[in-house]
Amino acid sequence: MLIIEDLHVEVEGREVLHDINLTINEGETHVLMGPNGSGKTTLLRAIMGFGSSRITEGSLIYKDHDITHVPIHERARLGIGLLFQRPPTVSGLKLGKLLAVTSGGDSERIDEYARHMNMDTFLERDINKGFSGGEIKRSEVLQLMIQKPDLVMLDEPESGVDLENMSLVGNAIAALVEKDQHIINRKKSGLIITHTGYILDYIDADFGHVMCDGTFKCHGNPREILKMVQSKGYKECIACQRV
Amino acid sequence: MPESMKGYSDLGEEDRRRIEMTGLQTESLEGRSGSFLQVDEHIHHAQTDSKGIEILALSDALEKYTWLEDYYWKAVPRDKDEITQYIAAREPKGYVLIARKGSQTTFPLQTCLFLAKDDIQYVHNIIIAEEGAELHLIAGCASSMKTKKGAHYGVTEIYVGKDAKVTSTMIHTWGESIEVYPRSVTVIEERGIFLSNYVCMVPAKKVQMYPTAELRGEGAVARFSSIILATPGSYLDTGSRAILSAKGATAELITRAITTGGTIISRGHILGSVKDTKGHIECRALILKDGTIHAIPEIEGRVVDCELSHEAAVGKIARDEIEYLMARGLSEDEATATIIRGFLDVKISGLPESLQTQIDAAIDAAEKGF
Repeated sequence: MLIIEDLHVEVEGREVLHDINLTINEGETHVLMGPNGSGKTTLLRAIMGFGSSRITEGSLIYKDHDITHVPIHERARLGIGLLFQRPPTVSGLKLGKLLAVTSGGDSERIDEYARHMNMDTFLERDINKGFSGGEIKRSEVLQLMIQKPDLVMLDEPESGVDLENMSLVGNAIAALVEKDQHIINRKKSGLIITHTGYILDYIDADFGHVMCDGTFKCHGNPREILKMVQSKGYKECIACQRV
Repeated sequence: MPESMKGYSDLGEEDRRRIEMTGLQTESLEGRSGSFLQVDEHIHHAQTDSKGIEILALSDALEKYTWLEDYYWKAVPRDKDEITQYIAAREPKGYVLIARKGSQTTFPLQTCLFLAKDDIQYVHNIIIAEEGAELHLIAGCASSMKTKKGAHYGVTEIYVGKDAKVTSTMIHTWGESIEVYPRSVTVIEERGIFLSNYVCMVPAKKVQMYPTAELRGEGAVARFSSIILATPGSYLDTGSRAILSAKGATAELITRAITTGGTIISRGHILGSVKDTKGHIECRALILKDGTIHAIPEIEGRVVDCELSHEAAVGKIARDEIEYLMARGLSEDEATATIIRGFLDVKISGLPESLQTQIDAAIDAAEKGF
């Protein structure tokens, strides 16, 4: 579904990602781990096409389209979706209004999904204005449910979510990447940044990647990587010479 | 067309469309509790079927009610400036609207001032809401497409009585060569509420206005909301002022301004001269294309225990907001228009839905030009 080749990305004139190579096939869910500032969010933003994450070398091939220099909304329309870690507030724009636009006016689906995500009382509120951390995540998941992306990118979906809502968010995300389907029937793919690994309780991710200083340090079983990070921390990864 | 709508039929199709842009109805009075139409200096009709509400031409009113002298030129001084002097020197034109004690209009009352000639149109309006009365007004001001060079001089004196409420929504649809000089003062008594909404989304050569609310009664409330767009060639010098001169009086002056090349001077002044008063000025502006936005908020407190604040911001649309919406599949233009629409969304509590619909329609019409 997505092939990242020799990708180099600059943020404010400084190279943040160096020589990234990654292939995500249809139906696969990948987990991205790494210390703060290692470039995980920059990679997701570069895949989405944000101006601040400027691709200087390499290419992004999505469903056989070269999207390296395609505008954000065309990537979204091709099926790439992003759950923002810290989305901006848009004053005056109601959450319900945005959902109406992205759903093509399917108010029945909006109401159903909003109720499911406990967000039905937020539809008439300015998007993200005064939302708590958990409310932001539920609003983001709700937006993705309406958007129905084929490549689901999630930037720390569990941060700020309280225990009560964690299973709600976790299960909704699992449905987004079709974990409720048999392996052979899965068409959706995922790329998920996680620090805590809580999301792995709801999603059996297929591959794990560790990023340090803007490049991949290792790839492997997500559970194994998480266990190692939990016991020894990322300093072990930084010290680790094998790339 | 009913007899009551006499006057609109004399206007051409194009002129009627211009008037409809200001939120007024030209075919029927359905959903309206009354109507007034003045074209240039000619008053076509002044009528209402609402109980306790009376609308009549100023000249007739001055003959009929001698007590009107207590209101005529009492809020706005005759000799304030050359505009008021011009109007004071001429035969009285305009309307008097009286809402008797305790009366209420379910539907808004519409008044239209239409400029068809290449000259100065002048008008003097007096609105009186007696104790406990509730009045909603849509004031549409427009000019004919044929008018090449004209001016509108206006005086409006509004009296909001004890426990009364007046909502005035004014939508301007002037032309690129028209100059407009409204002079307006509202006097608010005990617990009276005055809500003023002003929308100007189409070009005008020059608008100069600084409506003032004098909050004279305890617990009086005034709120001015303005939504202004300046296209190239437009010079809009607008603002609002509130004089808090009674305990518990509160005022809020809110402006959303956008320039696509024109000039906006956004003034605001709140004077707190007695204890226990509150006021806030908020002006937010976007510069979409090079133009001028000059915000001049003034807060003036003279006693302890008056709380006054202001915030003003001039800027551009944040890139991260545009990209956020683009990530949901909106094109850059769609994202920009959506954000601007949100920026202009100043929901006003207590505004009848029909009036909010008119405001939204005026914004929607202008949005196509962003």
